[in-house]
Parts: sequence; C-alpha cells; structure tokens
Amino acid sequence: MKVLSLNFLTCAVKACKSTSNSYPLHPKDAELVEDDLELNSELLLNIMPRIDWPALSTTATELGFPSLPAQPPTKEELEADAKMLQDLHHLLMETQMMEGKLVCGNCGHEYAVREGIANFLLPAHLV
Amino acid sequence: MHPTTPAAADTASQQPSSSGSGSSAASHAAAPTSASGNGMQPPITATAATAAPVVAVPPSGQNDSTTAPATAKGMSSSSPLTAAAAAAAAAATSNAAAAAPSTAASLAPSSSSTEAASYEETHVHAVYESIAPHFSATRYKPWPVIADFLTSLAPGSIGFDVGCGNGKYLGVNPGVHMLGSDRSASLVRFARDHGGVERSQDVAVADGLSLPFPEGRADFAICVAVIHHMSTRERRREAVRALLDCVRKPPDGQSGGGEILVYVWALEQSGSRRGWDEGTEQDLLVPWVMKQKKEKKEKKTKTKAKAAAADQEGKDAAGIAEEGKESAPGPAVAPSEITYQRYYHLFRKGELEEDVEAVGGKVVRNGYDKDNWWVVASRCS
Repeated sequence: MKVLSLNFLTCAVKACKSTSNSYPLHPKDAELVEDDLELNSELLLNIMPRIDWPALSTTATELGFPSLPAQPPTKEELEADAKMLQDLHHLLMETQMMEGKLVCGNCGHEYAVREGIANFLLPAHLV
Repeated sequence: MHPTTPAAADTASQQPSSSGSGSSAASHAAAPTSASGNGMQPPITATAATAAPVVAVPPSGQNDSTTAPATAKGMSSSSPLTAAAAAAAAAATSNAAAAAPSTAASLAPSSSSTEAASYEETHVHAVYESIAPHFSATRYKPWPVIADFLTSLAPGSIGFDVGCGNGKYLGVNPGVHMLGSDRSASLVRFARDHGGVERSQDVAVADGLSLPFPEGRADFAICVAVIHHMSTRERRREAVRALLDCVRKPPDGQSGGGEILVYVWALEQSGSRRGWDEGTEQDLLVPWVMKQKKEKKEKKTKTKAKAAAADQEGKDAAGIAEEGKESAPGPAVAPSEITYQRYYHLFRKGELEEDVEAVGGKVVRNGYDKDNWWVVASRCS
C-alpha cells in the first residue's frame, strides 16, 4: 500500500470518523519497501492538490522520512524543482507499507497490514 | 450474458446466470434456515485465509437432508476448515438438485441489523471466500459503461472501488489513483496482483458499511455488483450513503463534486436466459455451482465436468464454476459438485434511484445495461 493511499484512509469506526484524532492513521512497526517506478510528472502534479498535506507530513515523519515543508509546494514550484518532484514521487508512489499496523489516534484500534493489504474489518463490538 | 463476455467463458458470465428459472423454487429452501438455526456465525474477523479452498466441507448435521453425505466425505481431507469456510459450507450443498435459484424472501432477515449481518456473512461473505479463485478467474473484462466512467475522470483523480472483487477496474485508467476494497480477503489478494506483480494495486479488506475512507475527499467511487448482496433496504441505503460520504461535496449552489457509480442486478431481465421479470420475487438465493476438475489447464473450457470420484481427494482439484446453471436433476447426481447459495436482491426499475435520493444523493444519470440498473450520483451541496 502506497503512502499516497495512506492519505486517503481513516478509522473504520463510525464514531471516530467525525473526530480529528482518527486521521491520519499512525503506522506502527511498519515495514516499507521501495519500488522503482518511472516518474509520471503529470499524474503527480494532478494528484498534489488532492493531498492532505498536514496528514502527509505526519505520515512521512512517522515513517522516518525527513520533514516536509510546512506548506505544500505550488504547481509552479514543483515544475521548477525536479528534486522536490522526485522526492514526492518517491514518498507517495514508490514507498509501500507492506507489514505492520495502522493505529487510530482516537479509539486506539490497530488495523493489521500484511503483504501490503490493510484489514479494516472490525470486531463486533466496534461495528 | 454481457456482450463483452468472451464466448469461451460461458461458465464465467459476469453476473450469475441461471437457466433454472422455471424450476422449483422451493426445492432447497431448507439450507439457509438450517444454517442460521445452527448458529453458524463466525466472528467478523475470521475470514478464510486460505487462498484456494475449492472444497468447503459441510459439517455433518449442518445441512438439509438433500445433501449427499458421500460427496462431502471424499473432499474433507486436505482443506483446513476455517470459520468462514464453515459458514460457506452451511450455505452450500453438494447436491445438484440445489442448483435452481430459490426464493429467499422468507429467509432473508427482516428486522435486526445483527441478523441481517450474520445472514450476509453466511450467504454472501463466506461464499465469496470459498469461490474466490473461480470467481476471479471468470471476471476479467471491464464493462464498457464502467470503463467509460473511469476513463473520463480528470487526470489525477483519486477514488475508491468498493467491492473491487478481483480488481479488474483498478488499472483501467492509469491517469487516476484508485484504492480498492472488498469484504473478501481472498478476492482482495487477487485484486492486489491483478495487474501483475510489477504493478500491484492498492487494496484493503473492508466492509461496505464500515469503510475506512475519510469524509468528502474522493473524486469518485464505484461500487459494482455489491449492494444487491445487502439483505435489507435499510442496509442497501446505508451502503449508498457510505459511498456518497466518501466523495467531495459540490461547491455551494453548484453542480460538480465527486460522483459515485453504482451497478446492481435488475429484476427486469426477461431477455436473459434467466428470464426473470417484474413478477419475480426480488430476494433470491442464486446458486454458484462448482464442479471439481482434474486438470487446471482446462479451466477455461466449457466442459460438463463429470469429475470422477478420484478427483475428490482435493489435492489439486480445480473447480469449474457454473454460475446459476441448473445441473442435471434426478438420480444422476454429479458426485463432485458443490452448490453455494448467494443472496441477491434484484432491483426493480427506479428502486436504485429511490435509494440514492433517500440518503441525500442526486442522480446525475442512470440506465439499464444488460440485466443491471446503474446510476451515477453526486452529493447535494
């Protein structure tokens, strides 16, 4: 599961969804793999406005990446900065979480990630 | 049968098919009640982890009297019986006479959502866990309306495929990012690898009524052949609501915003070989017949698999699924068939639109496509 997808995942417990603590989920004991994918600048530039930047910053830090700038780069900045584009490509598209857990900051529930697949089925008492 | 389905995949039509519309609907009404009556309700987390449980063993005493015990016996040795597989077994029989669709109206839960959930556990989730390899092998061609929806999305769009099955839609448009989810862990593994190991897809195991997607972020969500498995109207509407919740609201007073595309099976399909029409009962158990085959290589051929008893060791038996196809009735029972009963709610004309509007959705466009009703909808601003 790409870091990009982590930006679009939250706790499956209904009561948590309305709280700000439930997003983003926090990686725990994460095992990452790095794919080698060709940079698709157009795709990345189109995806950027859809990213929740503060959440991505949190995720990146928790996964051990260097801190992201406080503000998301503008399209113009990215187009002029090949290295930043490449770095974002690496973080969002090439980095996958293969094993570990995703933890809700509100209810504390831990969702297992195995072989890149997160399991969001809830135990009966949380449905 | 969908026109894009290759002829070779007759056993593999994209929706279940049955030639048994005229046969006795009451012939097999006992299985579901015996299943629930025996409390076959595995915990929600106990999904089958085995990727290829071709064989699900009906535990003795869990089946109605039509089950041929000799059939089940030979297949029991090699497959570990998970809780989900056990529930599927409760929904399955190995008797060919069970292959006709049967009315589920008196069986489907009516009141409590807990009952509905456990009913679906037995008659939807557990079945898909058990038939996943066959189901996946028979579904590879995207439907045109859905492919068109996906390819017309703005570049860089982000969206979800809820009930992604084997993931055949995840890679349709490489200019967008899709995250697939399905209730079946086995199908999700197929979905991850759908585009090959080099192009693994992002997928998660999730329930359509408890989705792990943040509110109002996605540009789109698709949900194909899923909501007709929900056994009460309340749950079907909740499923639509959950989809709408995922996508962006339109800006105030304007159109636009994220869109959902929902496909469900239609009640009106008199043109199909199932022959169902407006007078048909809307809640049905539709059989999925798996036949044991000796050689996997033959799995794309349309063979009347009269598998010999020797095939039933289970060691390397690949099944052939014949969806809803009525098997030979009478004494000539093919010994190696297992019939799984999946619950379906067939939508009558206009019903899907009613459900969308009941949960605050706005129908953008809609249509009928080869035995299915579909709708594209957005949120009201």
